Amino acid sequence: MRIGAGISAGWRKRIRGGVHPPDNKHYTAEKPITRMEAPELVAIPLSQHIGAPCSPKVGRGDRVLVGTVIGDSEAFVSAPVHSSVSGTVREIAPHPHPVGGESPAVIIENDGLYERDPSLQPLPWEDMEPEDIRRAVRAAGMVGLGGAAFPTHVKLAPPREFPIDTVILNGAECEPFLTADYRLMLEHTEEVVEGLRIIMKAVGAPRAVIAVEDNKPLAVRKLAEVVRDPAIELRTLRTRYPQGAEKVLVTNLLGREVPSGGLPMHVGVVVNNVGTARAIAHYFRTGLPLVERVVTVTGSVIREPSNLLVPLGTSFAAAVEACGGFMSHPAKVIMGGPMMGLAQHTLEVPVVKGTSGIVVLSDQEAAYEIPREPVCIRCGRCVEACPMNLIPTYLATFSYRERWEEARRLSINDCIECGCCTYACPTRNPMVQLIKFGKAELARLKAAEERRARDREANAGKEGGGGSN
Amino acid sequence: MEATRFIISTSPHIRDPITTRKIMCQVIVALAPVTLYSLVIHGVHGFYVIASSIAGALLGELAVQKARRLPVTLDDCSALLTGLLLALTLPPRVNWWIALVAGTVATVLGKQIFGGLGHNLFNPALVGRAVAFVSWAAYMTAGYVKSAAIGIANTPAHKAIEKAVDVAGGASPLAAMKIVYDPSLSPVGPGGVPHGIQASSYYKPLLLANPWGCLGEVSALLLVLGGIYLAVTRIIDWRIPVIYVGTVAVLTAITGRDPLFYTLAGGLLIGAIFMATDYTTSPLAPRGKVIYALGLGLVTWLLRFWSNNPEGVMFAILFMNGLVPIIDRYILPRTYGKVARPKEASGP
Repeated sequence: MRIGAGISAGWRKRIRGGVHPPDNKHYTAEKPITRMEAPELVAIPLSQHIGAPCSPKVGRGDRVLVGTVIGDSEAFVSAPVHSSVSGTVREIAPHPHPVGGESPAVIIENDGLYERDPSLQPLPWEDMEPEDIRRAVRAAGMVGLGGAAFPTHVKLAPPREFPIDTVILNGAECEPFLTADYRLMLEHTEEVVEGLRIIMKAVGAPRAVIAVEDNKPLAVRKLAEVVRDPAIELRTLRTRYPQGAEKVLVTNLLGREVPSGGLPMHVGVVVNNVGTARAIAHYFRTGLPLVERVVTVTGSVIREPSNLLVPLGTSFAAAVEACGGFMSHPAKVIMGGPMMGLAQHTLEVPVVKGTSGIVVLSDQEAAYEIPREPVCIRCGRCVEACPMNLIPTYLATFSYRERWEEARRLSINDCIECGCCTYACPTRNPMVQLIKFGKAELARLKAAEERRARDREANAGKEGGGGSN
Repeated sequence: MEATRFIISTSPHIRDPITTRKIMCQVIVALAPVTLYSLVIHGVHGFYVIASSIAGALLGELAVQKARRLPVTLDDCSALLTGLLLALTLPPRVNWWIALVAGTVATVLGKQIFGGLGHNLFNPALVGRAVAFVSWAAYMTAGYVKSAAIGIANTPAHKAIEKAVDVAGGASPLAAMKIVYDPSLSPVGPGGVPHGIQASSYYKPLLLANPWGCLGEVSALLLVLGGIYLAVTRIIDWRIPVIYVGTVAVLTAITGRDPLFYTLAGGLLIGAIFMATDYTTSPLAPRGKVIYALGLGLVTWLLRFWSNNPEGVMFAILFMNGLVPIIDRYILPRTYGKVARPKEASGP
C-alpha cells in the first residue's frame, strides 16, 4: 500500500479514452414506453444468455401461460426461459437467433389471452435471506439487460473471498440511439431504485452508486427525488462512449482498477444495468418473471421510432411493424447500439433478453468504405480512443499477420471490444474485428495446447500404470 | 414484409467522418497562409519551386504505383502535402529542377519504397530535402535571398523586407548569430555581418516578414497560427511542437543565447509544427511522443551550436524518425488492469 494513493486516485485513475459519436437519441428520448401486442407466433430461443443453453421443459401441443417455464438448465451459469404469452407450443425447432446462426427455440401460438401462470406470486424481498433472493432472481430468468445477458444470479453470488462493498447501477446508456434505460429511469424510477436495493441486499453491499451520463438531466433529477437512502449515491458522468462499460464505470466512479482478466467483484464491486434492476423489482412486486423488456426501435428509416415494451420472442419484423414500418430502404438492422450491436441478416430473429434496441440504418448511414487490407497512417487516434490504453492498430496488424506472441505481449486479451478505435480510424481499418479474430484464435490455440498437454499426461499415466502391474 | 437484403458487418456500425484525405487537406489549409504569403514575398520564383516540388512528388507517387500496378492514391492528398511541405523547406530561388528531383525523391525514396502511406521510416519531405541538401549544396546555398535588391522590390512587403535585409547584411539570421556568438568562426563575417548585432533586432522581421530563410520561413506568426489551427482541430498532437520548441528554448537559454530568437529563426517552427508531427514518422502513444519531442529538442540544440551548420532541425527530425520504432516498442502506454508496465524483455 502506498500512502496517499487514495487521495490522488480520483483524477489520476480516470479513464481518458473514448469517443463521442453523434448520440441520435432525439428519435426516441421523448417517447414514453408503450406496450406492444405479441404477434400470433412467438419464437423464444432456449439460449438467451451467456452460459449453458436450456433444455426444453415443454413439448409440442402443451398449453403454456405467461410466465410458464419453457426451458431450464442444471448448470449454474444459466437462466431459465419463460413463455411471454399464453397459448400452445407449436414446435421446438431451430430458429434464427439474433446473436448469430440458428438455435433451438420454442415456437408458441399466441392465443391473445395473456393468461398468467397462477403460481406467480409477489415476493417480500425485505423478509428474504440473500440466498433466497438469489434463487428467486434465477427463477425469474434474470440476465443482464444492458446487452451482455450474463445471468444475474451469478453476479449476485460472488465468492466469499471477494466481499462486495459497492453496487454500481449502470444508467449511463452510452450507446448512441438507445433510450430504453433512460425511459425506465424516468417512468419507473421507484422500481429501478427498489431493484438496486434488492441487489444490495443480495450481495450484502453497504453502499451503491447510480451512474448516469450528464446528457440525461431529467433522469438524474427524477432519481434524485426518489433516492432517499443515504447509502445510495447519485453520480453524473461526462457523456462519452464507452462510459457505461463495466471497467470504465468502476474506475471513473471509484478510482479502482479491475485487474487484467478479472471482474469488478475482484475489487469489491458489482455492476448492474438499470433495466436489470427494474426487472428484478418488477418481479418481486408482481411475481412476473423476465418475459418482456423495453426495446428502443429507432433509426432514420423507422416511421415512428419508439420505446416498446416487447414480449420476448416477438420477431424484429413485428416490432418494426409496431413502429409503423420503414419509411425508406433499411440498409442495416442492428440489435443493440451501433457501437457494439450485432448486424442482423433477417427480421425473423426474435427479441431476446439482451435486445436493448433495434437500430436500423439507412443506406447513407451504413455506407463506408473498408480497405482491402488494413491500412494505418499511424495517426494515433485509436491509441487515444482506447479506454484500456492499448495500441489497437498494432493488435490489429499482429492479428492480421497472425503474430500471436506479439499480440499477447501487447495485451490483446484486455480489449473490451468497445469499437472506439475502429470508430475513430480515418482509414476505416476494421481494427476491432481483427482483434476479436485474434482473441478467438489465441483462445483456440491455448485450448489446443492444453488438450495436447492433457493427452501427454494421460499417455504418461497409462504407461506408468502398465509398468506397475 | 418484403424480403430485404441487409448489410452484415461487425461492430461498430458507425464511423467518425474523418478520413485520411480530410486530414491531409486540413494540414494543407493550415499551410495555405504561409504559402500564399511566401508567394507574395518571393514572387514568381517561389511559385516555380512550389509547383516543381509538388509536380515531382505527384509524379513519383504515380510512377511507383503505376509500375507496381497498385491503386493510385493521389486523391488522398498525401503526396500533394509532401510536395508542398518540401517546397516550403527549400530556398526560394533554388533551381526548379532541383525542386522537381527532390519532390520525386521524397515520394519515391522517402515513402513508396517502404510500401507507401504509413510505412515509411523517415519524413518523406525531409528525405527529399536532405538529398537535395547534400547533392547540390552550392545550388541550395545560392538559392537564398541575400540582398534586398533581388526580386523583392515592388512587392507589398517590400519595405519591411528591405529593412530586415539591411539589418542582417545578407547572411541568414542563424548564420549571422552563430558568428556573433562565436566570432572565431569568421572574424570578418560573411557578407559583412556587423558583430555587434542584437538577436532581438530580428524578432520583428522573423515574425512578420523574413526573406532570408526557406519559402516556409517567411513568417513565424503564420506558422504558429497554422499550428494552433491544427492543434485545435486535433489533427496534430500539441505535445510534439510545444515540447520540441520548449526544449530548444530552454537549452538555448541555458547555453546563454537568446531563446526567442532561436525559436523564431530557421526551420524550427515549420519543422516542429508540420514535420515532427507527421503521423507515420512520429511515435503512436502519448508518452512516446513526449520522449520523441524531447529528443528532437536536444539534437536540434546540439546540431545548432556544435556543428558546422547553423541549422539542425532537418537532421534532428530525420535522426529521431529513425528512433521511432524503438520508442514505439518500449514506451507503451500502461495497459488498464496491469499492475506494472508490460514486460519489455521479451524482444529479440
